[in-house]
Amino acid sequence: MSAVGVIFSNIHDENVPELSRQRTMGSIPYGGRYRLIDFALSNFVNSGITTVGVITKNNYQSLLDHLGSGKDWDLARKTGGLILLPPFGATNTEGLYRNRLEALKNITGFLNRRNEDYVVLSDCDGVFRMDFSDVVDYHEAKGADITLVCHDEEIDSASGYTAIKADETGRVTDIRINSMLRGKNKFFINVMVLNRSFLIDLINDSVAHGYKSFREDIILKNTKKFKIYAYDFNGYHASIDSLSTYFKHNMELLDKNVRDELFGARDIYTKVRDSAPSKYGSDSHVKNSLISDGCVVEGTVENSILFRGVKIGKGAVIKNSIIMQDTVIGEKVITDCVITDKNVVIRDNRILAGCDVQPYFIPKGTMI
Amino acid sequence: MLLAGGQGSRLYALTNNIAKPAVPFGAKYRIIDFPLSNCINSGIDTVGVLTQYQPLVLNEYIGNGQPWDLDRNFGGVHVLSPYQKKAKSAWYEGTANAIYQNLNFIKMYNPEYVLILSGDHIYKMDYSKMLKAHIEKQADCTIAAIEVPLKEASRFGILNTNADDSIYEFEEKPKQPKSTLASMGIYIFTAEKMYKYLEEDEENPDSSKDFGKDVLPTMLKAGERMFAYRFEGYWKDVGTISSLLEANMDLLGEPPAFDVSDGDWKIHSRNPLAPPEYLGEKAVVKNSMLALGSEIYGTVENSVISSNVVVEEGACVKDSVIMSGSVIKRGAAVSYSIIDENVIVDENACIGEDKESAKGIAVLGRNITVGKGAVVKGGDIVDKSIEMEVK
Repeated sequence: MSAVGVIFSNIHDENVPELSRQRTMGSIPYGGRYRLIDFALSNFVNSGITTVGVITKNNYQSLLDHLGSGKDWDLARKTGGLILLPPFGATNTEGLYRNRLEALKNITGFLNRRNEDYVVLSDCDGVFRMDFSDVVDYHEAKGADITLVCHDEEIDSASGYTAIKADETGRVTDIRINSMLRGKNKFFINVMVLNRSFLIDLINDSVAHGYKSFREDIILKNTKKFKIYAYDFNGYHASIDSLSTYFKHNMELLDKNVRDELFGARDIYTKVRDSAPSKYGSDSHVKNSLISDGCVVEGTVENSILFRGVKIGKGAVIKNSIIMQDTVIGEKVITDCVITDKNVVIRDNRILAGCDVQPYFIPKGTMI
Repeated sequence: MLLAGGQGSRLYALTNNIAKPAVPFGAKYRIIDFPLSNCINSGIDTVGVLTQYQPLVLNEYIGNGQPWDLDRNFGGVHVLSPYQKKAKSAWYEGTANAIYQNLNFIKMYNPEYVLILSGDHIYKMDYSKMLKAHIEKQADCTIAAIEVPLKEASRFGILNTNADDSIYEFEEKPKQPKSTLASMGIYIFTAEKMYKYLEEDEENPDSSKDFGKDVLPTMLKAGERMFAYRFEGYWKDVGTISSLLEANMDLLGEPPAFDVSDGDWKIHSRNPLAPPEYLGEKAVVKNSMLALGSEIYGTVENSVISSNVVVEEGACVKDSVIMSGSVIKRGAAVSYSIIDENVIVDENACIGEDKESAKGIAVLGRNITVGKGAVVKGGDIVDKSIEMEVK
């Protein structure tokens, strides 16, 4: 198996506009000390795929800051490693892409220069831990043109989702997008494998035909013609498609089983910040919560996630909340179902609340 | 040049298999993080680390120096172990001999000044200020020194100085100290002078080849310009079990006696690859420090807990230090103890005694299991797995 990885860091930005206002989907903070792209990157590295291109479009300053040379993922390499693919990356590209197909057109130079047999494409909207080499092996064994990684998910609204039907051999028989499906169904989780040369041909062909959408013009219209296979991923997978699912799935990390599945092997990598260990004061009360390094907790924290460097003042009561990096919470503040973005300051005695399906979001750098 | 070859025999079980500078400290650090971070924060980017005793963990930890930004094209961190020579190969025989054996390394960089450090102190210090003082005073050797309480002065090398801080006398662990200015074991030499005296000392058959005992007194006798550089701030030798525990406890409280969260003087280290720590429904954590990846379901008070430690429900940890990967099972009680890495304290075991009444600190060495209901008394040092005593 030889494969090259490609990560689309921007593609689902509109899913969580609150959090992607100043950053890409890939650089949305998650789980106390991670960014969404850490899961895709770690999956690649842990699968032995160590040439990974990261496609960016706009708002990518925080992403570049996070990725650096790629050393935190062991991707600062002479051969392969992390390769950033920003827009206007070469003279023959067309600048800012509007969709996946145009993004791929922009990186045909990168794809042409590689010599791996396969390409694994991954978005940044999923939180999961998966061995991509299993999918590549499956793809190879099936002799597939395209293999779509699927997961059975229970969702409230199928809008934006791609529902997959496959026969007993795994061959995809039907693909529907934005359907009115309810309940548990097999959905595509935005990870796919293609033969590299097949992908390059597809891109060239779609340019020639003026196609606009990878999903609609290529996959959907060729379900019968191409050999498209579905690979079932049975582990834990969280799709981040809105602020409320972001909230819900973060909270799932308080469940030991979920944590053990994602982090048990201790191989989800992220940028290190050399923060000091967290400190708990004499009057702190912390229950069922995840606390990152650099925090100073002097109040009460329940069912919550604190990111790095958060300060919780005396007498504060933080419940069901996600408090991002370097947020300072004053004394006697009460929050319930609140998400604070980075560097928020909440002054003494404030009371803030949302509810679980509509958490109250406080943008980056706000002082309340 | 960082002297990191010490055995640290007064840390007993904690240094059975690792050199003292590699001993874990402060939940996520190792002792050597402090001098290395001080170096990089002071603008010193070429560091030789002299290792000898049990170097595996230390070498592995230092690696290419990347966590301290010491992976450089020119300079960076270099691990220097004793090596075979054409004639007379030898282990490092003393601090001065260790540096002498690596003069080739130092000369390769052709420095004007050489800073000698030891790898067993916890402190934050800007060496560039000390170097500035050394240059201003046109000194041949500058020794960092700190005021210590009179009753402790006889444990240290004492510097007796004139009004301008020039040194007129050394006293090694004096019974009746004339001053309370103790050497911190941190020296800056003007390189040429150091080469000269090290080479002479090597020729002297009566020398014990130690900076403090031999080289510095010889220089003073020869009339070289030697100055004390007064350091004010937190500095602790963590060479004993009790000072190691004490220094860990100094990180607690607000404000702590020693602050590792100072953004202007970051302590760099290798970071554990672990998710945030989790505190369970019945967790009680008071006045403590926790590192990533630990899971607390029981009670933790006045303690420093490293990464990936599990304290189960009904277990209680007080006034203690627990190093990474250890598990304190249901119903176990740990007080006034130091527990090394990857130790399992089984259900209802009892480690150490109440701080106020204990006759000493209980110590459990790495990779051992203390069986169900077993008792380890205060002051006991255990480095082999034990089962409950059969009555």
